[in-house]
Amino acid sequence: MLGKLTIDALPFYSDIAMGGALITVVGALGVVALITWLGQWRYLWTEWLTSLNHKKIGIMYVTLALIMLVRGFIDAMMMRTQQAVSLNLQGYLPPAHFDQIFTSHATIMMFFVAMPFLVGLFNFVVPQQIGARDVAFPFMNSVSLWLTASGAALVVVSLVIGKFSAAGWSAYPPYSEAQFSPGVGVDYWIWAILISGVGSILTGINFLVTIVKRRAPGMRLMMMPLFTWTALCTSILIVFAFPALTVAAALLGLDRYLGMHFFTNADGGNVMNYVNLFWIWGHPEIYILLLPAFGIYSEVVATFSGKQLFGHKSLVYATAVITALSLSIWLHHFFTMGASPDVNAFFGRVAPLIAVPTCVMIFDWLFTMYRGRVQLSVPMLFMLGFIVTFVIGGMTGVLLAAAPDDVMRGTTFLTAHFHNIMIPGVLFGYFAGYQYWFPKAFGFQLEERWGRRAFWAWIVGFYLAFLPLYILGFMGMPQRLDRYYVAAWQPYLIVAEGGALLILCGIIFFAIQLAVSIRDRAALAISTGDPWNGRTLEWATTAPPAAYNFAVVPHVHGIDAWWAVKQAGKAGYRPARFHDIIMPGDSSAGIVLGGMSFVFAFAMIWQIWWLAAVGGLGMFSAVLWQTFDDNAERRIPASEVEAIEERRSIAPAFASRAPM
Amino acid sequence: MPAPPHGGEVTIRPYLVGAVLALVLTAIPFGLVAARPLRPIQIFIVIGATAIIQVVVHLRYFLHLDLKPSSQNKLIALCFGAVVLLILVGGTLWIMFNLNYRLM
Repeated sequence: MLGKLTIDALPFYSDIAMGGALITVVGALGVVALITWLGQWRYLWTEWLTSLNHKKIGIMYVTLALIMLVRGFIDAMMMRTQQAVSLNLQGYLPPAHFDQIFTSHATIMMFFVAMPFLVGLFNFVVPQQIGARDVAFPFMNSVSLWLTASGAALVVVSLVIGKFSAAGWSAYPPYSEAQFSPGVGVDYWIWAILISGVGSILTGINFLVTIVKRRAPGMRLMMMPLFTWTALCTSILIVFAFPALTVAAALLGLDRYLGMHFFTNADGGNVMNYVNLFWIWGHPEIYILLLPAFGIYSEVVATFSGKQLFGHKSLVYATAVITALSLSIWLHHFFTMGASPDVNAFFGRVAPLIAVPTCVMIFDWLFTMYRGRVQLSVPMLFMLGFIVTFVIGGMTGVLLAAAPDDVMRGTTFLTAHFHNIMIPGVLFGYFAGYQYWFPKAFGFQLEERWGRRAFWAWIVGFYLAFLPLYILGFMGMPQRLDRYYVAAWQPYLIVAEGGALLILCGIIFFAIQLAVSIRDRAALAISTGDPWNGRTLEWATTAPPAAYNFAVVPHVHGIDAWWAVKQAGKAGYRPARFHDIIMPGDSSAGIVLGGMSFVFAFAMIWQIWWLAAVGGLGMFSAVLWQTFDDNAERRIPASEVEAIEERRSIAPAFASRAPM
Repeated sequence: MPAPPHGGEVTIRPYLVGAVLALVLTAIPFGLVAARPLRPIQIFIVIGATAIIQVVVHLRYFLHLDLKPSSQNKLIALCFGAVVLLILVGGTLWIMFNLNYRLM
């Protein structure tokens, strides 16, 4: 009746795991109780959870990412603390528990922090930047969100019911096969990856089509703002790379569930093909995460230098070159697997080439600041911190891309390099975007002082936490150790623990910043939709934007379209009459589909077949229901548009009939 | 109900034809692997060929792509996709046969 699910699935094996489970359950119940007490369920359901508005979906994505960031960071803190104390000792975590933590830390940070954060920013910004009213497929957008949330929920639930995978975030066979990992951990990993992966592929398709098809009239490809360009290239990468991961995880699942032999050592299987498939996705994934951050840095540096972006065209070409190169260098993740010198030499030569377009970008940003009026706002601080820190990560990356010095592979040098790319490269970029576009989303700015404090805590914390890991890598410390017997390593690990504590301060400061900003929102309110004197079209809408973004779809004549309008003094233009606007209506099919996918995956993990059938049928019915919904669109009459525009402090930007 | 592309009439026929072809093209490799009537290398070749035909069937019957020169965008996208597939599939074959030769 309940498959493999018994009372033993609860975490009795470790007090710490039990504590984590209790905190998770109490936290979830607390949120439910709070919403009930405030009586906000109906509002939440009608205004947010069933909304197909791309801006609300974007905000929900970013919220999911920030919640999961806290969860993933707790894992990081636990690992740092364990390593700081476990010289010649057991430490406070049993080995099996430590293995789950490094797996869940990486899985959460990659799939449920970085991915939703970037998709959230895409959702909020891209349609506004290209002068569109919505994405190409609004319902599919909602499906993507709820599939991603369902995957995240699986990882969180694994803390309470059963155990998570201990096979590392890459889940290499043969260890991840049923023979060596008989529990449900790897199954949790597989289903979380499969479900959220489908969500990501749908997002890639959605934004590829949105950017190609929905640009405002007159906006040619080379006139698109750089963030949109990086969103386009990222979408292409998602469409080509994510299926490889889905296939790898699905085949691993077939091995585990049906006793097939895709990746076993015996019976014709090939372990190495899993590694190959995984990195066909894995390498482009790094650029899927990095490129949007590069796009954000480009927007931020132009706005806060008060200048047009230097070398817009070269930045576009650099983005395109990175996109193409990133699909062809995956082998440098497994030089040590035993390929011949021909193969290793080819990929060892191609891999460092990617430094060339990246350097073009760095120089373009530096030249944008050169002789500009640089304002050191919080997004700009993250941008500057990124340039300085990321260059170190880039250089250690070139070291790792050289096949001969592969002795550093598998040491903490690799861990340090990876975080040196991910934290300043990706996370700082998304933080800059969060600070930069927050006033556009909510109509008030984030408080500056706590933002600066958060930045300094993050960057100093980063250096303290990861530079010691480079040194430890040279000293030969392997990654993922739960205990060690080399006394010389411990001082560096204690410094790294200090760095992690500073990053904890950074997260707390962000929380305080948000609380203080909400408290003082009247004082921090912005009078126009354009608080930073921005250059691109998203600043032409009101803040927060109306459901339809633009009452009149703008005509674009060059790059920095909004700046050109302001220069021409046409920013306050108001059309003589308005027209009806057709927008997508709400739909609860997306959240039902996501919920049912969770039920289905949970049942598959615990092999409760009848429940899996219920979940599968539920997913199918949700799609069917949406397909036959003939009232999927909502017409906003012209009078209502006019009333909304009347109430806004700033009139719609500019129109086809505007005298330009 | 969205308007059918190119103003033509949307019928269920191409979808049914595509579904049947896709099923047949999936059943052939499964059957061959299960029954092993041929030598492995011959089975590999048949699986590869059915996979390529499968791609064409999907493009033709589900995505309604044809070779008319009406859409430049479609052609560019298709060429780009073909190049990427060539890199990924060709690279995988190169890497895997190389590893196989050295390690097996």
